[in-house]
Parts: sequence; structure tokens; C-alpha cells
Amino acid sequence: MLKFITAVLTSLTTGSIYALMSTALVLVWRSTRVINFAQAGQAVLTTYIGYEVIVRSGSYWVGLIVAIVAGAVIGAAIDRFFMRPIFKRVTTGPIVMIAPVVATLGLLGIVQALIGFKWGLSYQTIAAPVSTDGYRIFGSVIAFSPFNLMVLVCVTITMLLLTLLFQKTNLGLALRASAYSPEIAKLSGIKVDGIRTLGWALAGAAGGLAGMLFVPSTYLYPNAMDVLLVFGFIAAVIGGLDSLFGAVAGAMVLGFAINFTTSYISSRLVFPTAFIILILVLLIKPAGIFSNKKGRRD
Amino acid sequence: MSLVVENLTIDHGAIRAISNVSLTVAQGELAAIIGANGAGKTTLLRTLSGLKESKSGSATWNGNSILGERAEDLARSGIMHVSDGKSVIAELTVKENLALAGLWRKDKKDVAKATDEVVELFPILGQRMSQAGGSLSGGERQMLAIGRALVARPKLLLLDEPSLGLAPLIIEQIFQTIKSLVKKMDLTVLLVEQNAMGALKIADEGIVLNLGSVVAVDSAQTLLNDPAVRSAYLGF
Amino acid sequence: MHNFSANKKRSLLFVLFGWLLILVGDRVGELRQYQGSFVATYTLAIASIILLTGYSGQLSLGHSALMAVGAYAGALSINNAHLHPVIALIIATLVAGLFGLILGFGVARLSGPYLAGTTLALAVSLPSLANQFPILGGEQGVAFDVGAPPARFGEAFSQYKWFFWISSLAALIMIWLISNLLSSKYGRSFRAMRDNQVAAQLTGINTGRLKVTAFTISAGMAGLAGGLLVMLISGVSPSAFPLSLSFSLLTGAVVTGVYSLKGVMLGGLVLVAIPEIADSVVNRIGGSEGFTATLPGFLVSALLIAAVLFAPNGPGQLLKKKH
Repeated sequence: MLKFITAVLTSLTTGSIYALMSTALVLVWRSTRVINFAQAGQAVLTTYIGYEVIVRSGSYWVGLIVAIVAGAVIGAAIDRFFMRPIFKRVTTGPIVMIAPVVATLGLLGIVQALIGFKWGLSYQTIAAPVSTDGYRIFGSVIAFSPFNLMVLVCVTITMLLLTLLFQKTNLGLALRASAYSPEIAKLSGIKVDGIRTLGWALAGAAGGLAGMLFVPSTYLYPNAMDVLLVFGFIAAVIGGLDSLFGAVAGAMVLGFAINFTTSYISSRLVFPTAFIILILVLLIKPAGIFSNKKGRRD
Repeated sequence: MSLVVENLTIDHGAIRAISNVSLTVAQGELAAIIGANGAGKTTLLRTLSGLKESKSGSATWNGNSILGERAEDLARSGIMHVSDGKSVIAELTVKENLALAGLWRKDKKDVAKATDEVVELFPILGQRMSQAGGSLSGGERQMLAIGRALVARPKLLLLDEPSLGLAPLIIEQIFQTIKSLVKKMDLTVLLVEQNAMGALKIADEGIVLNLGSVVAVDSAQTLLNDPAVRSAYLGF
Repeated sequence: MHNFSANKKRSLLFVLFGWLLILVGDRVGELRQYQGSFVATYTLAIASIILLTGYSGQLSLGHSALMAVGAYAGALSINNAHLHPVIALIIATLVAGLFGLILGFGVARLSGPYLAGTTLALAVSLPSLANQFPILGGEQGVAFDVGAPPARFGEAFSQYKWFFWISSLAALIMIWLISNLLSSKYGRSFRAMRDNQVAAQLTGINTGRLKVTAFTISAGMAGLAGGLLVMLISGVSPSAFPLSLSFSLLTGAVVTGVYSLKGVMLGGLVLVAIPEIADSVVNRIGGSEGFTATLPGFLVSALLIAAVLFAPNGPGQLLKKKH
């Protein structure tokens, strides 16, 4: 029974980190029709920035806020100064389809190289602001700590705020309209370019938060977020790349699947489980389990 | 305030879609561009609204050049382009669709007033406010598309084949509404249509486009009675 | 008739080139022979990407994993099944090809980002499999010993020259086969499909089958390249095929022009040259450990971005501009 509760709680925790990454990917996908592989680099870069702030100021929370803000700024800058020129320059030839994706891959490599250059390749650590010792329930310690609870709470608040933004504000309406139909949005007077950059900023902020919530439970090094990127992608595909709800739901499905498999069957099945789920979804319902579209929105 | 197009040439890939087209729509006028499919009518409209680039020539509204401007800037300056009913965003509700053209406007009170006026004009929209745009019928969608443009209180309305895919009774309704709008809202309208008869019946001026060139410009009434036009476009 | 003589011409070119390589191989020192082997291997791997991405329009980030599959298959054939090295290389090709066939079926209907992400997931997850199954040797991996050169070549025939001969010959044969394939009706179908899938389908081309075929062949080539690579480093381990290898291969393909096999050797040269360049830069201006380790990756990524920005359709584009 305890094992079950633990599995549920850890699933929720890892699922919520995946949810941040998948949300970031979905935000960029909806506004730009690109899978931003550089997200892994952005997220780890902002975590290093947060790390520096923590080292200097001694406060995790200040580091967290700076990381989120830095994420937004970096995300916006990438769209404005990197992606837009690429879209403008590469307009002919079959490479048009893969050029943006390839560009984000190149950007990922550059960011990780720069990080390795500035901070070196050795592992750093960021201490969690609250205890990482598991709670005691009925006399035994479970694998769920105050820090895990904090992660859960942070992500839940973030998702609620994002949902409020998208559903209840004018800005959110502009974001949604631009994602569904850039042309109609333009004809309605919405500045679609700026809106798109805002989407990238939000994605960058989400990635920044993800990094700061993830790293205290592991180490900080240039490739620290690579696996999270892959899992975020899988979660986004499961949920259907077109909705925030799908991104979160897909992340939870993935989180539960992985955690229950590792708890009950074998701890070595993390990657195979994720990969199998991905293939299953792509074969059975490529649009994503939670999407109501028939095919994929390419 | 009039729309003046001079020697406009537009390419669509390797094809010259519009060659040396000139036309003028005076303020308060309803001008109809008719012509067969592929005559270049939609391309012309998309260039005037900023979605497409032109090759050469000029186009001015109220004395200001509108070529090469961004679509969103033109929309904010009072030029609204209404495509057919497909331009309704299916995933958004009717209310949200209507709100789109008013998002950038600072005078929120007037936006609300304009929205009320649109609902008065198209009561069916008022009944469907919280339904998804995709669930509306063809005619309702066209009304929504027009209504959305009206919320921005435009001065120049570019209408692209509003009758496309609609039942004859609804088409009649739409055309009558468009005609009454011109007076009511002090609009200048450039209407592109395949339904030549319906368009010419409500228009002041008619322009016949064929394979990208203007082949006739005259008052709508004259064109309606012209035997060549009748046999080519009106079917009798 | 025209095709026949074009094929003959091409075959002649390949034979001549092979002869040239042997001559050059005799003249240069062991280091260059060793590097030359890497060039040949990378060239083969890049050719597999050009086939898959450039000709059949499927972007794969998982070729490092495919190379790993071939490499392990080959290594196990030699070590556990005690087969002859040449057989081992053939097995590497076939096993990887089979893997590609199965994978191809799974991803044939995917496009663009979905395919990229899925192959990325593959590249990230596959190496860790080596740690799950003891037969794969865990972190240390499995040895791959291709043996000393045959005695009849004499004393002066070094191990490195032997590597060079094997890898160049293997790469040459494979690429010759592929270019024959691509100039045939198959190649035309590929190009048609890449340029406009719907139109291609309308002309009766079975795009699904074509895509799977491309995947299978590409995987086989990658598997062979993987086998050759571990021959050069005398053993396979999970760390031999990191994700960055997939990126490097993609960069090599984009730099040489991903749509044509013509300049493919350039990509191989670039990939071998970059660590060299990085080394000499570090020697000149000195640098921290972090700098040395990250400079090659930085150069590769910067090159990729520059290629996409300035010569997305291959260096030929740059040359044409000068006219």
C-alpha cells in the first residue's frame, strides 16, 4: 500500500517536471511549428545562471526568479534574432522543411559548448531550499520529500496561471488566435510576430523553472537537461502537440508509466518504457491521446 | 477618402496573376469585381490587405500608400479584409472570434458598443456567443466573419467571395446586409465575387477581371445590361 | 543505352578513385592512414544520412544508435561467434539493416519534427541498453579485433594501412552501390517523393514502401560504418556512440549538401578535420580543459548553423552565386 502511495506521489512529481518541458515545447510548436530542440540548452543555461545567483546571493528563491526571467529573455531573443532570420533566409528548396529544426539543433550544440567553456564540464550541485528527506508516514520513510511537494505546488501554480492567461485574458486570446491562424490574426490587427516572440518567452520561462526544480535532485552539467527534453517531447506527443492540457496530461501519463514500471518491475526500464509508449501513441493515435484532431497537425 | 489602384502587377510564383490593373473606388461606394475563377480577384485583395507582395504599380487609400505595409498595420488603420466563412477560427467561440479585431483597440467601451451593434445586426450570433466557431452553419460563419471585421469600425471593407458555398436564400440575405452596411456604417466596400449577378445588383460600380486584366469598368447597372457581360458572366 | 554507359563511367571513376586511394595510402604516414580510415568511415555514415534525409526526406537524429547496433552486432560476431572479420562487417550491415527495416515501418508515416524527436529518443535510449544486458559488456563494451594484415603483404604493411584499406574499400563499394541505385528509377522516385509527396503518390509511387526501403538501406550503411568505426578503436562501448555523433553526421551532410552524394567525402574530411583544427587552436592560444573539450562541439554546431544560413542547399549554391 505504501509502495503504491509512493509510486503515485513520485509519478506526480516527475510528471510535473515533464509537464513544464512539454508545455515549453508545445508553446513554441503552436506559435512557430518548430520543435525547439535548443530548449534543453536554454533550460540548462538558465539553471547555470540561477546557480551563479545562488552562489552570490545565498538564496535559492532569488536564483529561481532570476532563472525564470532569464529564461523568458533568452527565449524571446532566440526567436527575434535567430529564428526569424532563418525563416526569412531559407525559403526555397527541400531544406525548408528541416532547416528550422536543424537550426535549433545547431543552437543546442553552441549553447552547450559555451556552457562547458564558461563553467567547465564537471558536475555542480544546487541545494534544494527545503528538505529532501522523505516524509514519515506510519513510521516508515517514503520517497517523497518536502522538496518534491514544493515542486508539485510550483508546477500546479504555474499551470493554473498559464491557463488563466490563455483562457481569460486578451493577451491569451491573441496568443491562441495567432497559433490557430496567423493570417486571420494578422487581418484582425494582431501583431503576430510580437505574439510569437511572447510564446517563446513563456516557453523559455517554463524551461527555466523546470531546470531549477529538477537540478537540486541531481547534478548540474551541460547535458543535464537532454533527457528531460526527450521526455518532454514524448509527453507532448502523447498529449497532442496542440494544447496545454494535452501537454500536462501527456506528461502525467508518461510520469506514471515510468514510475510504476520502475517501482514494480525493474528500475532499468526507464528508457524502454518511454520509447515504447512513444511508438504506441504514434502508431495508434498519432494526433495524441488527448487531442480531438483526426490526424497530426503538421 | 478613396481607394486608388494604378497599374498594379502581381505575380503568384511564376504566374502573372494581375497585370496592370487600375481601378478607383470612391468613398461610400460599393464596387464589385467580378470574373471567372482564377481571374486573380483573390490575389488582388490579398495584396491590398498586406498579405501578399506586389511586383509593381501603386495603391493608395486616403492618399496613403498601402502596398508593402504589414497586414496587421493596415488592419489597424481601418482596412479590414474579410475572407469567406473559412476565416472563422473554428476552435474559438463566437464571442472570442468577435473580440479579435477589437483586441488592439484602446477604447474598450466603444469595442463593447460595436460588438453590441454587430449582434443587433446578426441576432443569430448573439444566440451562439459561447459556441465554437466551427459549429456554426455556413451562413452564420459568414455573418461572424463580417461581424468580426465590423467590430474594428473599419473604413474600407475588402470582401472576398462572401457568397461562396452558401445557399441562395442566405446569399440574398448576406448581399442585402452588405448593401445596408455601406450607408449605415459609412463604409467603402470592394467586393470580389464569382456570383456576378448578386454582386452587380447591389454595387454602384462594377469591374470585370479576366486572366488578371481589367476588361471592363462601368456602373453596375450598365454592366448588368451589357449583352457581352450577360452572356459571359450572368448566364443569359 | 545511355544509362548503361553512364553506369560504366561511374564504375570506372570509382575504380580509379580506389586506385588513387591506394597510391596515396602508400605515400603517407601512419597517422594520416589512421585519419583516412576515419574519413572513409564518416563519409559512409554521412552518405547514409544523405540517402535518408536528402533523398527520401526523412530527418533522423538516431543514426548514432544505428551505428551502435551494427557495431555491437559485428563485435559480438567476432568475439562470441568467432567469425571472420569480413563476415562480421557484413553481419553488422545486415543486422543494422534489419533494425532499420523494423524501425522504418514504425516511423514511415511520421514527418518532420515527430520523426526527428522519435529518432532522438532512440539515440538517447539505445546506448543505455548496453548496460542492461551483460552480453553487451556493460560500460567496458566488447572488443573488436580485425586481426593483423595478411602476411603476404609484407612486413612494411602496417596495421593502420590495413585499417585504411578495409574502411576505404568498404565505403567505396557501398557508396558505389548506392549511387547506382540513386541514378536508377529508384533515385527518381526518391526525388519525386521528396519534392512533393502527394504528387508522387498520384503517379503511382508507393511512398510508404519507398520510405521504409530508404530507412533500411540507410540503416545498413550506418551499421557498416559503425562496424568500421569500432574496428578502428578496437572495441565498442556505449560511450562510442553519443548523441553528439548524430549531430556531427547531420552537420557533415548539411555542409556537403544534403541533397546529393556528390560532395560527400567533403563531409567526412570536415568531421575529421574539426578536432584537428580545434587541437591546433588550443595549442596556439591555450585554454582550459573546458575549452579543449567543448571547442569541437562548438565548431560543429557553428558550422551547421552557418551551412543552414548561407548554403542550405550545399556548397554548390555558393559557387553558383559567383557567376
